[in-house]
Amino acid sequence: MIPPPETSTPLPMTAQEIFESLKGRFGDAILDAKVDAVPDPWVKIAPARLKEVCLFLRDDGEMLFDLLMCLSGVDYRGGKLGVVYHCDSTVKHHKIVLKTEVTDADPHVSSVESVWKTANWHEREAFDMYGIVFEGHPDLRRILMPDDWKGFPLRKDYQVPEFYNGMKVPY
Amino acid sequence: MEATMTQPTTIPGLGRALKTEEMVISMGPQHPSTHGVLRLELVVDGEVVVDVIPHIGYLHRCFEKHCEHMTNYQQVIPYADRMDYVAAMSNEFGFVVACEKLLKIKVPERVEYIRVIMAEFSRIVSHLIAIGTYGMDIGAFTPFLYCMRDRERVLDIFEQTCGARLLYNYMWIGGLSHDVQPDFAAKVKDFCRYFRPQIKELNDLLSYNKIFIKRTANVGVLPADVALNYAVSGPVLRGSGVQWDLRKNDPYSVYDKLDFEIPVGKGLKGTVGDCWDRYMVRIHEMEQSVNIIEQAVERLPGGDVASAIPKRIRPDAGDVYVRTETPKGELGYYIISDGTATPFRVKVKSPCFVNLSALPAMCRGAMIADIVAVLGSIDIVLGEVDR
Repeated sequence: MIPPPETSTPLPMTAQEIFESLKGRFGDAILDAKVDAVPDPWVKIAPARLKEVCLFLRDDGEMLFDLLMCLSGVDYRGGKLGVVYHCDSTVKHHKIVLKTEVTDADPHVSSVESVWKTANWHEREAFDMYGIVFEGHPDLRRILMPDDWKGFPLRKDYQVPEFYNGMKVPY
Repeated sequence: MEATMTQPTTIPGLGRALKTEEMVISMGPQHPSTHGVLRLELVVDGEVVVDVIPHIGYLHRCFEKHCEHMTNYQQVIPYADRMDYVAAMSNEFGFVVACEKLLKIKVPERVEYIRVIMAEFSRIVSHLIAIGTYGMDIGAFTPFLYCMRDRERVLDIFEQTCGARLLYNYMWIGGLSHDVQPDFAAKVKDFCRYFRPQIKELNDLLSYNKIFIKRTANVGVLPADVALNYAVSGPVLRGSGVQWDLRKNDPYSVYDKLDFEIPVGKGLKGTVGDCWDRYMVRIHEMEQSVNIIEQAVERLPGGDVASAIPKRIRPDAGDVYVRTETPKGELGYYIISDGTATPFRVKVKSPCFVNLSALPAMCRGAMIADIVAVLGSIDIVLGEVDR
């Protein structure tokens, strides 16, 4: 039999414990949670306070979320946009999903670029595709689309323009 | 190169009064060593690189938007193939694992083992291309031909199995498009026997070549903590000495039943996390892949590969994030289902995209010629960076 991979001594926290710890510390910044969600339990956080919550998640000795696996923009339809953060700890082997929701009238979320550098490009992509503005991002430019592109292509109500700089847009 | 014009000049009598300033050079989008259409904006002070600003998006094909317009989850798979086109099997693997988790399907053991064999073959193929083109970037043309020759043998096995050499559409949700041919096991074993000595030859030819080491050791060093903060993955992360491989750390499929090691960079020729370490991790990973393939083909159980393919793919509303270890690193699919047959949202966390975002951290302070060495050692495929 093959021995299981080496696990470090500190025990992983359950989603319930992570949620309670966050709720106790940040109170009203924690809006909602579904800790028994299968397969990924999530916690919903107020968009303006994401950075401080993430900084705590990264640096606290109990949490140690040193890896941001993925950051995705989402359009939930009806003018609701969201950002989803998948966090992982390589030390404690636990995971948590953070969600935040904004409206397309005021799509401002605080940037976590200073917490995890990997968020730099992911946030630029979410801005490019959904028009979500990340407050405090050092270089929030379009990343995949041309700089002078109009509109945000992955929004559900996006209309493909007929022309781009005088060129016909196919498809 | 024009950059030398800005090197500080000391003219007797004038001395410090002579002004020098930084210069911006555009490298790409048509440049042989950028492995596709990538443009790097280099800010240089003489030959020393002060900053690198990558500009991507030239190969953006709206993969995520396409997914939202499919009538079926199954239709996404050919598109997933076209992201990392040198290791298409690995892309499919991640997507089908994610969908199966969303649908709560258990697939037969035979399917799992064949998938693992194919994924490891695609790791070998991808690393062969990475190593071959890396040698070419550095100035060694011969290893590239050797690598391509060996790659052909794997592609022959792929072709025999599913009819395609590059873009397979082989792994389906719940199963495979075809079962393997009767002589598959024999061919695979033949290849393993053939390939091990080839790795040794590659080592003699390139890995321990004095010029190659001079060009790659101590160049583009990425410390482990910076690597983790940038969330780089795959050989780039392991090259920095971090023992992190999803096949061991977050096992999927049947990887937990197989015996293999995770090679990491040890700084044998220079500093831990330099280009040579990242390169060498790939060589060792190919050896491990051969081990895995041999075990898997030995244990390959019988059964029907299509028995678990669902007639109707309509997952319950919900979301799932699944990550798998592709040759380039951690490929993640974040899929949201709204209960219909069309995916509501598919986000791809592409390993190349993330690894490339760490390029400036590796290049600052290097020489212009080193940029080529660093870029080659990350092994990007622009199809996956831009999606």
